[in-house]
Amino acid sequence: MSAAAAARATGERLASADAAGLNATLHWSQRLLDAEAARIEAAATRGPLAAVPIALKDNIVTSEQPTTCGSRILDGYTSPFTATVVDRLRAAGAMVAAKANMDEFAMGSSTEHSAFGRVRHPLDADRVPGGSSGGSAALVAAGVVPVALGSETGGSVRQPASFCGVVGVKPSYGRVSRYGLVAFGSSLDCISVFGRTVDDATAVLGAISGADPLDATTLDRPPMPVPPVRRDLRGLRIGLPKEYFPADLHPGVAAGLERTREAILDLGAEVRDVSLPHTAFAVPTYYIVAPAEAAANLARFDGVRYGLRRVGPGGDIRALYQATRGEGFGAEVRRRILVGTYVLSAGYYDAYYRKAQRTRALIAEDFRRAFATGVDLLLTPTTPTPAFRAGEKTEDPVAMYLADIFVCATSLAGLPALSLPVGRSEGLPIGAQIIAPFFEEELMLSAASAIERAVPATAEVR
Amino acid sequence: MSWETVIGLEVHVQLDTRTKMFCGCRTTFGDPPNTNVCPVCLGLPGALPVPNGEAVRLGARAALALGCRVHPTSVFARKNYFYPDLPKGYQISQFDQPLATAGRVAFESGERGRVEVGITRLHLEEDAGKLIHDRFPGKTAVDLNRAGIPLAEIVSEPDLRSPAEARAYLTVLRQILVYAQVSECSMEQGSLRVDANISLRRAGEPRLGTKAEVKNLNSFANVERALEAERARQIALLESGGHVEQVTLLFNAATGQVKPLRSKEESHDYRYFPDPDLPPLVLSSSWVDEQRAALPELPESRRSRLEGAFGLSPYDARVLTGEAALADYFESVVSAGVEPKIAANWVMGDVMTTYNESGGFPVSAARLGALIGLVRDGVVSHQAGKRVYAELVRSDGEEPGAVAERLGLVQVSDEGALAGWVDEVLAAHPGEVARFREGEAKLMTFFVGQVMKRSRGKADPKGVQPVLAEKLR
Repeated sequence: MSAAAAARATGERLASADAAGLNATLHWSQRLLDAEAARIEAAATRGPLAAVPIALKDNIVTSEQPTTCGSRILDGYTSPFTATVVDRLRAAGAMVAAKANMDEFAMGSSTEHSAFGRVRHPLDADRVPGGSSGGSAALVAAGVVPVALGSETGGSVRQPASFCGVVGVKPSYGRVSRYGLVAFGSSLDCISVFGRTVDDATAVLGAISGADPLDATTLDRPPMPVPPVRRDLRGLRIGLPKEYFPADLHPGVAAGLERTREAILDLGAEVRDVSLPHTAFAVPTYYIVAPAEAAANLARFDGVRYGLRRVGPGGDIRALYQATRGEGFGAEVRRRILVGTYVLSAGYYDAYYRKAQRTRALIAEDFRRAFATGVDLLLTPTTPTPAFRAGEKTEDPVAMYLADIFVCATSLAGLPALSLPVGRSEGLPIGAQIIAPFFEEELMLSAASAIERAVPATAEVR
Repeated sequence: MSWETVIGLEVHVQLDTRTKMFCGCRTTFGDPPNTNVCPVCLGLPGALPVPNGEAVRLGARAALALGCRVHPTSVFARKNYFYPDLPKGYQISQFDQPLATAGRVAFESGERGRVEVGITRLHLEEDAGKLIHDRFPGKTAVDLNRAGIPLAEIVSEPDLRSPAEARAYLTVLRQILVYAQVSECSMEQGSLRVDANISLRRAGEPRLGTKAEVKNLNSFANVERALEAERARQIALLESGGHVEQVTLLFNAATGQVKPLRSKEESHDYRYFPDPDLPPLVLSSSWVDEQRAALPELPESRRSRLEGAFGLSPYDARVLTGEAALADYFESVVSAGVEPKIAANWVMGDVMTTYNESGGFPVSAARLGALIGLVRDGVVSHQAGKRVYAELVRSDGEEPGAVAERLGLVQVSDEGALAGWVDEVLAAHPGEVARFREGEAKLMTFFVGQVMKRSRGKADPKGVQPVLAEKLR
């Protein structure tokens, strides 16, 4: 299919998804799609992603569309520059299809915290697609685009991938440039990939990975090569951390994981029980570290230079800050800014931020120890339950935070991890998570690809 | 009972880089507002800082010149506060792990002789932008050209004991930093800024008193004036039974007064934490050694070398080492074969005047050496030498001898020619001749002067006197 035809077909799918009320896109236009197609057709070479339409979470900046981060505070803002990952995708031949809806500033686990309305789960409009990259996940799950970029700070791609029944891959911290990703928790943020299949996600990750002189936290390593196909998992040892299989795990999730464990054994791998003793501290640690960094990262949205500008009573600079930020940020963002400011304050820094840095180091050490015992990869559920209903957790922030209980620790440790659909429970997708040692994405992806072929993604598990 | 003054200074110097601390924007001073800006220094969403290696090098060089220990690992931290000149809502600085600590600067105190001031720390940071209040009526404009310019903050121990010492320390600090070629240190262009902390205590009291911080100091002289004013304010307060409150003051150069900052200073909580966008700054010991080896000779050691090697007085050595360029020029003149003391007099005299006016040395050291040779050999008089020098400043490229010839300044010592001028003078002043012969010997000076005048300075004064003595006998 020509790029022009791909652009037209993509536009038709986007339009019908919008018409169906998915609410997964924030900006797209046929004109921009056609321009992308023209650029691809004019290019001297066809890249590995030639004419592949890709959706971008709306915290990844492009100079053609607005970037909102799902927030009112960026009202009217279009970035004068484009993210490194988008440049790389285009160099590989991909076409930017749409900017995808998201929880405001990536803060949320259900994509109900977008200033532009919640995203519907493609299989059940009453349910959430997960978050914060729920728009990207829904677009892939609904077949609108084959691949999409999201961002992870604490599981914001793996968790919605699991809810929506698609593949979600978070690379190692430092593998993919953050230049052009609007920062949330800078020490945690990773641009991550959704795909219908492991191979699709792998191709995108290969295109966007590699050191970037514009991001001092990328590692000086070459882009990730696409790993060779594995027929089986012989010689691999897969660890099952007991802390990730609590007694009250949702039975559908437990059944999906059991099916996966059996498939792994059938593929010739060895399965072992392991322990990650500091797992229980991951969510509380995350909810100190991420808000602290967010409070600083979001300070720039002050109404002085760009975006929303409101001047409150008094008309002085303080009134500008208060009115702009009070009106521009939603409740969840304000909550996290307050938490972040609090944990960094004089007198509380040691009790919260410093202690969280220590537990973060212990959590990373848990993984190092587990891998040092000879385990190659870890297998866990991605989420404790399938997709929950809209509104179910919006009044209880802690319940919402606990939706990320199995994905936070890997973010704190900077490790690569992915979520893979391993069946459905009462029609709702179940995801299995595979975690690898730092920079071992190739092993993780090749094993996931073998498991993907062995485990039916859409079959009922019980 | 007397009061002891305790002063410590925080000095910000702009590191002399071509581009900013964390992006590629130019650092040129005086460009139109908001022309040297990019997504990084504007703090646009998604932009990330990347450290400027040259700024790190200059920071390390400054630290080494001040005798600091440069740490193998230092950490950039975010200093959080809201202000319209701060685009990210935080300044990237260094906090609990600075680039360097534990340095020392020695200066000559009027009251205490040689004093060593401890340098607590030197850290790297980015500058903020500038608010412009007088451009749009009723509005404040923001110029972000300065945002992101690399700075080194140099914090001294509270080792200074008077406003005059503060000024003397600053003079030496600036001299060292200029020698080390890390900063232009121009207060006019804002590339050197000073905040001063001052407190008082009873003589002999080991604990420090409550300090006040004085800001808005735009010259070293004003640092001294502001500290004098604040010292007087604190003494008056303490002697009347009051106590000093920790406060930030602004100095008004027009009135010579210090005033508390307009808005009631809230206790600032900057909520420092390590900047997750920037990995720790790791400097190998071999790299630090290279930077140390690359340092030029610094003022203090150069002074003692000039005293030792050339027998200069401490005063001459201090003046000549005031700037590295001056000392370099002096040493070149000596290398051209001039006796050091004579070279020093020339360089501290006419050459310094030219240098202060033009900022350069239009007469090469070799040519000045040749000119001084002409004076030494009696080819031109000292006075004529100065005229030749002035001419050389204007007409670059001519040889001193040729200039002296052209201006008719070559001294005449030929007895016949001298006798001619002497005869004319004696014929013109019969009265004085008679008085001399009657014993008024001091008129000899008058006759020599007249001969010099008649010869228009060309007569060699050493040759004139014997001819006069002969003719007046």
